[in-house]
Amino acid sequence: MKWKVRIEIMLKENILDPQGKAVKGGLNALGYKNVADVHVGKYMELIIADTDNQEDVNKQVDEMCQRLLANPVIEDYTFQVEKMEG
Amino acid sequence: MKFAVITFPGSNCDRDVYHVTKEVLEQPTDMIWYNDKLDLSSYDCVILPGGFSYGDYLRAGAIARFSPLMESVTGYAKDGGLVLGICNGFQILLEAGLLPGAMKVNDSLKFVCKYTKLKVINAGTPFTNRYSKGEILNIPVAHREGNYYIDDEGLAELIANNQIVVKYLDDEENPNGSVVNIAGICNKEGNVFGLMPHPERCAESILGDGSKDGYELFASILDYVNKRGEKCG
Repeated sequence: MKWKVRIEIMLKENILDPQGKAVKGGLNALGYKNVADVHVGKYMELIIADTDNQEDVNKQVDEMCQRLLANPVIEDYTFQVEKMEG
Repeated sequence: MKFAVITFPGSNCDRDVYHVTKEVLEQPTDMIWYNDKLDLSSYDCVILPGGFSYGDYLRAGAIARFSPLMESVTGYAKDGGLVLGICNGFQILLEAGLLPGAMKVNDSLKFVCKYTKLKVINAGTPFTNRYSKGEILNIPVAHREGNYYIDDEGLAELIANNQIVVKYLDDEENPNGSVVNIAGICNKEGNVFGLMPHPERCAESILGDGSKDGYELFASILDYVNKRGEKCG
């Protein structure tokens, strides 16, 4: 069975995000004065093959995030797993 | 004494470090390829140089830490071996968990390449014993991800254990926005040291401002290893 995994990685909320701050400044300068805050993160997609059980996929992806995809010292992550047809 | 300089795909300061330890300090030095997994115990100090290992993909140092040789480096560090990480080498040590904390993009979002004034906070490490506490050094930085972050609890621990080794002189000198102007830290045991500035770029009077402030760092390692040898002998 194949699974599509969508992962979002963001700087933790209490950590200043210089990139988000710069983008917010840009949007405000374009006239979007109501943009109060911007956070920039990372988005990744994984295809997991040869795994039948969704629980196993969840466990594996969580481990991948902890070990490599995110840096738990400064980043939080969330992910969704979806079964692929065929 | 014998140095090892590790080359990762994307390292670009490895030759500079090699030049300093081999030609300036006149010590035997081997360059080691990241893909080898070998016993490092015959070396007195292992240096992770600056550069952009694996293109800085994902996060600076994130992928290099999984290269085969890093397993050897981790074992070597745990056994008390001296490990020095410069710039990207520092980032790799953080990602590998050999030093606490993490790197963010510079507050300015810019790559900063310039001389910075540093203040020596801990002159008692194997890497800084030729400096004196409070001494001001002039050593260049060159990085985009040098904004050192650690939470309050971790910072308190760093301070309590005297693990902050060098700081940027003040807020104005700080090129990246790091927590309390940290430029370099060591582990609790003091045998692993990482810093963002590049001592290998100012180890000869012919280079830069001619201060040779960087030379003293490498000479500190040599002094430490020689003294340790005398004690053991």
